[in-house]
Amino acid sequence: MLTKRIIPCLDVKDGKTVKGTNFVNLRDAGDPVELAARYSDEGADELVFLDISASHEGRKTLLEMVVRVAEAVQIPFTVGGGISTVYDVKRVLDAGADKVSLNTAIVQNPEFLERAAEHVGSQSIVAAIDVKRTNGGWTVWVKGGRENTGRDALKWAEETTQRGAGELLVTSMDRDGTQSGYDVDLLRELSTQVSVPVIASGGAGKLEHFIEALTNGKADAVLAASLFHFQQIKIAELKSFLRQQHIPIR
Amino acid sequence: MIGIIDYGAGNIRSVSNALKRLGIGHTVSSSIGELQRADKLILPGVGEARMAMDSLDRAGLIRWLKDVRVPFLGICLGMQLLFEKSDERHTDCLGILPGKIVQFDSRSLPHIKVPHMGWNQVRRRNDSPLFAGIAESEHFYFVHSYYAPAVPETVGATEYGLTFSSAVQMNNFYGVQFHPEKSGSAGLQLLKNFGERC
Repeated sequence: MLTKRIIPCLDVKDGKTVKGTNFVNLRDAGDPVELAARYSDEGADELVFLDISASHEGRKTLLEMVVRVAEAVQIPFTVGGGISTVYDVKRVLDAGADKVSLNTAIVQNPEFLERAAEHVGSQSIVAAIDVKRTNGGWTVWVKGGRENTGRDALKWAEETTQRGAGELLVTSMDRDGTQSGYDVDLLRELSTQVSVPVIASGGAGKLEHFIEALTNGKADAVLAASLFHFQQIKIAELKSFLRQQHIPIR
Repeated sequence: MIGIIDYGAGNIRSVSNALKRLGIGHTVSSSIGELQRADKLILPGVGEARMAMDSLDRAGLIRWLKDVRVPFLGICLGMQLLFEKSDERHTDCLGILPGKIVQFDSRSLPHIKVPHMGWNQVRRRNDSPLFAGIAESEHFYFVHSYYAPAVPETVGATEYGLTFSSAVQMNNFYGVQFHPEKSGSAGLQLLKNFGERC
């Protein structure tokens, strides 16, 4: 049986993880490679790296990081943040990433999504969608949640799959950082509508939140960042809890 | 020395990284001359069947591949190419194994997502050296939208709305639908088995 995936997310800037962690026994808590290896050992099913570097140098450092992560871990990982050309996509995948996540660039230029999928295949393309609730629905926000596109999130999600996205990474901006739980209504609407896997993001704060996203929310995978980095919940603990609740887990 | 066949498909670096980690000598090449010197071959593959067959054709590798006598491992698309045909853009494949690659149909299988993406188990059908020392309960990482039906050459089967071939074996030809290079320690063990037992 296909298992549900647990995915720690690491924000990186200039090749370093940004949000602090309180992992002990790490030589360098800011080293994404060491952190990745640690998560892999603890049973993470997949990893996501979001690059928030603004500079050209930062992006070069990112590619070096991807090479080192690919050498250090034998689990799949996705890289996102600022990827806006097919050339960028190919460079990140050639460096050893399994998937790229695309966000603002595909909202601004949806044909880019199609071209990227044609070149590298849908299986390597994740559409990242940041959403906020509005009256009776959800709209898509871009540029790290600073700009409202006014687009309906469910329609945009459907369009990204038509254009070649092989997976959706859906972040509730309302819930992100609140630890008050995933937006389960959003996840359920999306997951029942699209035919590709959906990764839930934004709001995880306790064990029950993961259950809700995976059962009522029908999500295929759950993502969290600080919660794992600060070891409020350990991956092994989460997995054994989910197993007890009869969720299929690796 | 294992020869990794480079035909422009993705994930070659991941396969190479895994072999490096295992300390297994390997070379990455698209030249027949160089690949003929390898005593085992791996055909990796991420992407699309037609493009992959076209690239193998352009590299002049197709006829040679069909007659390879050394142990050969096809990974993911590399396994699918061992079959006769693929429904993916109606592609003629290598025809080493009988049968046709078909698409997961989310209309006839309404409760499944396509691609089949994530960690799933492999039920053993026959003894294969590939799985030596790997428990049945282990999971492997899959990502694919097309699949090989169960055939007599199936040595491992996986459930996803239906039962498909996740590992095949015929003579010196082996294939796995999952990505051993991305499947943690179980995947590494499988690659080690290919290096040492096949």
